[in-house]
Amino acid sequence: MMWRFDRFGDAVALKDEYGQTLTYSQLKAEGEALCKAAGGRCLTFNLCQNTIGSVVGYTAFIENGIVPALLNAAIDHELFAALYETYHPAFLWAPEGFGWEDCESVYERFGYRLLKTPFGFETQLYPDLALLLTTSGSTGSPKFVRQSYANIRANTSSIVEYLRLDETEKPITTLPMNYTYGLSIINSHLDVGATVLLTDKGIAQREFWQFFRAEGATSFGGVPYTYEMLDRMRFLRMDLPTLRTMTQAGGKLLPELHQKFVEWCQNNGKQFIVMYGQCEATARMAYLPWEKSLEKVGCMGVAIPGGRFELIDVNGGIITESNVTGELRYYGDNVTLGYAESGADLVRGDERGGVLETGDMAQRDEDGYYRIVGRKKRFLKMYGNRVNLDETERMLKAAFPDCECACAGRDDHMMIFSTVESRLPEMRAFLSEKTGLNASGFHTMHLEAIPKNDSGKTLYRELEKYNV
Amino acid sequence: MTNLEKYINAFVESLEVAAEDVPALKYGESDQWDSVGHMSLIAALEDAFDIMVDMDDIIDLSSFEKGKEILAKYDVEI
Repeated sequence: MMWRFDRFGDAVALKDEYGQTLTYSQLKAEGEALCKAAGGRCLTFNLCQNTIGSVVGYTAFIENGIVPALLNAAIDHELFAALYETYHPAFLWAPEGFGWEDCESVYERFGYRLLKTPFGFETQLYPDLALLLTTSGSTGSPKFVRQSYANIRANTSSIVEYLRLDETEKPITTLPMNYTYGLSIINSHLDVGATVLLTDKGIAQREFWQFFRAEGATSFGGVPYTYEMLDRMRFLRMDLPTLRTMTQAGGKLLPELHQKFVEWCQNNGKQFIVMYGQCEATARMAYLPWEKSLEKVGCMGVAIPGGRFELIDVNGGIITESNVTGELRYYGDNVTLGYAESGADLVRGDERGGVLETGDMAQRDEDGYYRIVGRKKRFLKMYGNRVNLDETERMLKAAFPDCECACAGRDDHMMIFSTVESRLPEMRAFLSEKTGLNASGFHTMHLEAIPKNDSGKTLYRELEKYNV
Repeated sequence: MTNLEKYINAFVESLEVAAEDVPALKYGESDQWDSVGHMSLIAALEDAFDIMVDMDDIIDLSSFEKGKEILAKYDVEI
């Protein structure tokens, strides 16, 4: 068992914007009823929203040994079909209205249905496998991160410790629960008996702030784009007496904005906590203690309790000097088992042994604080979502076989280059649709030729100059 | 350009929709009018009418019709 909900009895675990609540003992009972209908350990696909039905399904499965793969309820139809065919889940836990052929509803609760697929329990599962998450990017390949019960437990207790969470907290959802950062907020608060406020409304909507004020929310999390939006909305003029903590992860916040929010928080008796993590490390790896937030603006902090970092130089040696760039390596019990790319991979055990090569380039200062300075791999964070540029390029090449193209850019600003100018608008619409990300983050440019070296490899360095 | 044309144009450019579809638009009901699209729309309206929209009005602007009422507060008659 993950949370031991019976510790908190009649305390309210979940409350939604429509006034519906669920206590911890109800959450436990609902979970048991749902899992009884499922009939034993198996693989499910959960189509997630920030609603009570969605959270009940997730906690029920984790608590009772069923392995859910968390997907956004608004997932692209084709991508869902590819995952379904690749992994053969025994059930779908989906909102009413989500129809899928050959599935039969065997249980219904809170606007969700347990849909039985024709596959049965054929997919074999490694005993400690708890959960499958996508690597936050929503692109093409049907790849999951495999998280164990021990991973979730370790990361949850670290988070509870460094954020000093207790039962008086009321976090309000601002991130999808199928996104590792959003999920970690739910996991850690249900571990201390707090009340999670659930809404699918966003910070640009009146209903969100009405719910926030009516329930006295104490914290929320945001990706860099969230804070850019709040800044443009002149959020810092708002009076939110119940707010205690804002956390930030999912990419590096502009230092000016980091400073602005930290100063406002310090002047208003609140905390602004920058964090760093990846789905491959369950969720969190580092945090910047709020007492240090002004002094260390631009840093992502120190390793979470129970974890540690190393910086590796080009020869594989460990860097001991400060302010030298190296590849960031993380050690901890929250390092996940590995990836899955097919149903057969779900029997695989721990392939990382508690060590994660993050793929991020970082420096450590004299005081031991880490700062991310770049990435080893070609990906961008788009509104907090990891988007692999090689993958988007492959998708474009498959969909537009007669067009030469390349993807590059910076966070929240992808550039699509092609030699065929007339197809650029279609390419942009295609990537926006496939990734489910707003088209305003995708920009196009026509080039006479994609710069390449003698052996035909794209020279991405050359494309950097077009970063407008 | 009339104010109505400018108003419609702000939706067309920021949310990438056809002008004839604009009057029926509501926040969250079209793919492009999500939180990201919303901020582009606010920026487009601020540019078009040279105004600064308050936070209260930013979160209130949930449809094409509602936006007209809000702009009236900034002395913009659509």
